[in-house]
Formats: sequence, structure tokens, C-alpha cells
Amino acid sequence: MARIIVITSGKGGVGKTTTAAALAMGLAQRGSRTAVIDFDVGLRNLDLIMGCERRVVYDFVNVINHEANLNQALIRDKRCDNLYVLPASQTRDKDALTKEGVGRVLDELSQGFDFIVCDSPAGIEHGATMAMYYADDAVVVTNPEVSSVRDSDRMLGILASKSRRAESNEEPIREFLLLTRYDATRVDNGEMLSVKDVQDILSLNLLGVIPESKAVLNASNAGVPVILDRESDAGLAYGDAVGRYLGEDLPHRFVNAEKKGFFSRLFGG
Amino acid sequence: MGLLDYFRSSQPKGSANVAKERLQILVAHDRAERHRPSYLPNLQREILEVIRKYVDVDMNAVSVNYEQEETHEVLELNIVLPDTVRNRA
Ligand SMILES: Nc1ncnc2c1ncn2[C@@H]1O[C@H](COP(=O)(O)OP(=O)(O)OP(=O)(O)O)[C@@H](O)[C@H]1O
Ligand SMILES: [Mg+2]
Repeated sequence: MARIIVITSGKGGVGKTTTAAALAMGLAQRGSRTAVIDFDVGLRNLDLIMGCERRVVYDFVNVINHEANLNQALIRDKRCDNLYVLPASQTRDKDALTKEGVGRVLDELSQGFDFIVCDSPAGIEHGATMAMYYADDAVVVTNPEVSSVRDSDRMLGILASKSRRAESNEEPIREFLLLTRYDATRVDNGEMLSVKDVQDILSLNLLGVIPESKAVLNASNAGVPVILDRESDAGLAYGDAVGRYLGEDLPHRFVNAEKKGFFSRLFGG
Repeated sequence: MGLLDYFRSSQPKGSANVAKERLQILVAHDRAERHRPSYLPNLQREILEVIRKYVDVDMNAVSVNYEQEETHEVLELNIVLPDTVRNRA
């Protein structure tokens, strides 16, 4: 049986797809058979971030509609044998994701995989609720910014009331906070909410803090999940987040700004 | 960062604390909304109907407030009777 992880946020553009690609790759590299699914019907992006856009033949909706089977639609990652991508459909209407259809595909995937990572679309509408419905774990991707934190809190309310686990009175979804696009210097200057500020409000299990990083755009330009960039701060931070998810107790790096000495501050270093 | 900035940075901090305060209020409000039982509107309407059998009150004379405290929930009913009631009695 696979563990189903939803990458969710409420607010758009906070880094869900970046995170889904990184976590899926990280889990696969550590030896777990992992599938990552794009739930963003109509706006598929995950295949681009994963660098497999030219290999898409069938998609998630084709499988739900019995127009293709899973083996035809799953794309095996060229860098990591344990990793498969199930792309979203580009054109169809969003109601193509039915609760039954999604459930059936996840069930079938569960037979052969250890982890299924679901990349949620933005919002709290149909696509987002389908992505989180069957989840065992939720990674709530949040930027240190008021509307993102607020939407994350609303998403927590939905996870706690509208998921399969909630409806069947099972143990609730495990919720993790991933704070992304964090700029420690701006936090130090009092211009940006700190990890602690966000945690005072959301108080979740902190999976990681991903710094604002040029490496993320470089990675998406190249179609390489940023976790593969071991030189980069964001890549290392995602690597740590995967370790924590798997139970490792790791200190949070990149949370503090590099301290400038008194003299470099004095003379504008 | 120049000399002036260095001394300036020891002054009250930037906008993050304002953001946090606003968020705390907003999120508390959102959560209260979320936890309101769904029967509240019906409860309010039925109470109003009962009262209107006896007293000629306004449609918005009854307000129902729901609050979650640490260990219990408080359901607060507020009924405003018109002045004439007292005179009639
Ligand atoms: N840590 C980061 N540092 C810098 N840029 C980032 C970081 N994380 C994400 N971004 C950038 O933010 C943008 C949005 O990222 P992404 O597509 O992952 O967000 P999303 O939550 O999936 O968006 P949507 O809600 O539209 O699906 C991208 O341009 C990405 O490169
Ligand atoms: Mg996305």
C-alpha cells in the first residue's frame, strides 16, 4: 500500500509544483517507488518541471475515462528508475476528475508504489479538493506572507473536514508545513514574517524552510527538479525536508541570515 | 548597509509585526466561522418564530452568537424586545 501525500496550499504560485517535483524525486532517490500526479487539469506544469513534457502521450484523465491504462500513461523518469510521472490533461474540463475515478487510479497505483505525491492546483475548488481527498499526509506549502498564511489555514480546515479520512472518521491526515521562498535577511530586517511568526499562527509540524533561491528558476528552465542541484541552498533544503519526512531529525539550515560583521555593516559591505 | 542604516536598524522593526497582528485576528475570525455549527441559521429562524407568536418583534430582534472557549462552547442568544411590551404589561 502506498502512502498518499498531497502538496497543497490554497493560494496559487507559492511553490507547490516545485515542491511536488522535489519531494517525489527525493523519495525516489532514497529507494522508494514513487509516482507523482499532476492534478492541475487544464494547466499542466509538472511535466515541464520534471523535464518530461515531450514524452506525454496519455494523461490522468485518459486513465480515469478508460481511454488508456496506467502503464501507458505513466512516464518513467530518465534520471531515477523509481520515479514515475502521471501528467494532467491539457484541455479537458475540470470535472473530468471524479471522486470515483481518482479513487480507482490511486487504488491501482497503490499496488505498485510506496509513495504517491499529488500536486494540487491552487484554490479550494474541485481540483484542489480532489487532490487532497484521499491523502494520508498533507504538505501545506506556505510563503511568509499574509494571504498565503491565511489560505493555508483555510486549507487546514478543509483537510480536517472534507477528506476521506475525515468523512470516515479515521485518523486525521498528518499535516506538515513547508515554508518556501524564505528570505532570512528580510526576516532579520523585520520585513518578512519569520518561521516563528508563521508557526505561532499555524502551529504545524515543520517539514522544512526553503529559501528564496535563484536555483529554482534555473532548475525549472532546465526541467530538472531543484533537489538534484546539490550545490544550491534550495536543493539542500528540499533534501533535508525529504529526510525529515522519512523521520530523520535534522536541524533547519538557511533559517538565519549570514551575519555580517560590525565593520562590513558600518561601511556598507 | 551604511552607517545611518546601522543605527536605524535598532529602531522599531518593519512591517512584519503588523502582518502578524493582522493575521492573528483574521485567522481567529476564519476559524470561528468554520466551527460555527451549521444549524445556527435555522435555530435563529425558529426561535424568532416562537417569539413572534407572543411578541411583535422585529425580524432581526434575535441574534445568535456562537463561541468556542477552551473547554466548552457558548451559545449566546440576544433578544431585543420593543419598548411597547413594557408599557403593555
Ligand atoms: N524557493 C523559491 N525561490 C525562488 N523562486 C521560487 C521558489 N519556489 C518557487 N519559486 C517560483 O515561484 C513560481 C511558482 O512556483 P510553482 O509553479 O512551484 O508554484 P505553484 O504553487 O505550483 O503554482 P500554481 O498554484 O500556479 O500551481 C515559479 O516561477 C517558481 O520558479
Ligand atoms: Mg502548480
